Amino acid sequence: MNSMRIEDKLAVNKYAIDKEVHINVNNEICQLCKHHNCVYACPAGCYNLSQGHIVFSYEGCLECGGCHIACTENAIELTFPRAGLGISYEYG
Amino acid sequence: MEQKFEAIVVGAGPAGCACAYSLAQEGLQVLVVERGKFAGAKNMWGGVLPGSSLAELIPGFREDAPIERHVSRRRISFLSQESSVSLEFRPARYSHPPYNDYTVLRARFDRWFAHKVEQAGAIVATGLEAEELLRDGDQVVGIRAGGDEFAADVVIACDGVNSALAQKAGLRGKLSPSSVKQGVKEVIKLPRSTIEQRFNLTDEEGIAWEFVGACTRGMPGGGFIYTNKESISIGVIVELESLLQNQVNANDLIDDFKSHPVVRDVIKEGQMVEYSAHLLPSYGLSIMPHLYTGGCLVAGDAAGLVLGTGLILEGANFAIASGVAAAKTVKRAKQMGDFSKQSLSYYQSLLEDSFVIKDLKTFKQAPHFLKNHRIYATYPELICNIVDRIYTGDGTPRKRLWQLAREEMKGKLTLYQLIKDLIKGKGAI
Repeated sequence: MNSMRIEDKLAVNKYAIDKEVHINVNNEICQLCKHHNCVYACPAGCYNLSQGHIVFSYEGCLECGGCHIACTENAIELTFPRAGLGISYEYG
Repeated sequence: MEQKFEAIVVGAGPAGCACAYSLAQEGLQVLVVERGKFAGAKNMWGGVLPGSSLAELIPGFREDAPIERHVSRRRISFLSQESSVSLEFRPARYSHPPYNDYTVLRARFDRWFAHKVEQAGAIVATGLEAEELLRDGDQVVGIRAGGDEFAADVVIACDGVNSALAQKAGLRGKLSPSSVKQGVKEVIKLPRSTIEQRFNLTDEEGIAWEFVGACTRGMPGGGFIYTNKESISIGVIVELESLLQNQVNANDLIDDFKSHPVVRDVIKEGQMVEYSAHLLPSYGLSIMPHLYTGGCLVAGDAAGLVLGTGLILEGANFAIASGVAAAKTVKRAKQMGDFSKQSLSYYQSLLEDSFVIKDLKTFKQAPHFLKNHRIYATYPELICNIVDRIYTGDGTPRKRLWQLAREEMKGKLTLYQLIKDLIKGKGAI
């Protein structure tokens, strides 16, 4: 089995995407961050490093909470998508 | 306040459902609040349910619950980049009821469990998030959910590893990357007959197969494969701190794992139907949160009640048992008409008298011991290399096992390290 792109992996999941963004990233803090832990903590690839900046998308979030714990700079404010929205596992 | 319940349970996973089920059975008015669209929608695990605690709560659940397969054998494999050495356990008693363990998919299982809770008389409100705890002084007296207030004598927080409520109740601080593991999993669909053929299983039988070594690139954690009826659950679990230190994403690990020679063949031609991620508390008793305060109890993953000994990684039994202990505490508090912190301290003593805290105490050194990188980076490869040489007859004179081992250890492991690890392991696992 060839490895799939993360986008293709997430595309098989069922989401009811919340229009309200449930993760807030403080970019001012991120610019000074040396480790960018969030990039490695997010198995859904929601955080990407592009020319020293964190580019962030919340839609594919698997709601594991790893980014929030990994960010030692407290730049990530995590809530979950509003009730009933977000990821909806069919297998789990 | 709009409505008053005797107990509000937050989270419809195994802990919350077990708690609500036993409370509702006793006739208490119970509300279960679940933020997922349905119970199980937000939940994921590797996939093995030990039957014991559930059988105690719901005898005959086997006939009723959406079980995938019973575990008829267990296998552990030590992985190097290219090879594996496996140990398989296949006792006769695993092949007939009462079975030991079951493979289970959470989205189906939790939904079933929540339905049992409803049948027992509780209200299960899905698509509803508990946002805040309501307080009267230090006493928790209910929750705010979906903008409405719900009063209760007691709130039981079973809202999982990221428990916002345990933090809001002041029972726990923020978790650190060294105190959690991250699990990623793919469910791979295959025809039933193909699964049974590849794993040499008969009808209803399943395998629980765990891996240590190259699957985590030597980081603390492991890999797993569990067979479901018509799919395979495959994944890796790694300490979050190690992922960050090594700048590795768990998604890359699972891709590597899937392409390992020993794994590749059993999942080939399968269709990936779900990709999921979840955290597991792995701090053991070291930073165990307070389990209760006035009007509030914490159970399951929210309380960090997961046992990881290296050989066993078990949360479901602990979740169910702690949920039942919370229910017993609430029933007693109701009889006494006292939901104060003092009264609810009974929960702590119930858990201390049960396997829940006893096991965590027995293995209290395990979380620290299991951070030893040699377990994952050195030993699995060493085992593979030694076995490789045992079976290699290339015309050169053979050597005795110990001599082979010493040669393979050279530059990788000192005798001192080996002895130290054995002594530490003896005390930890």
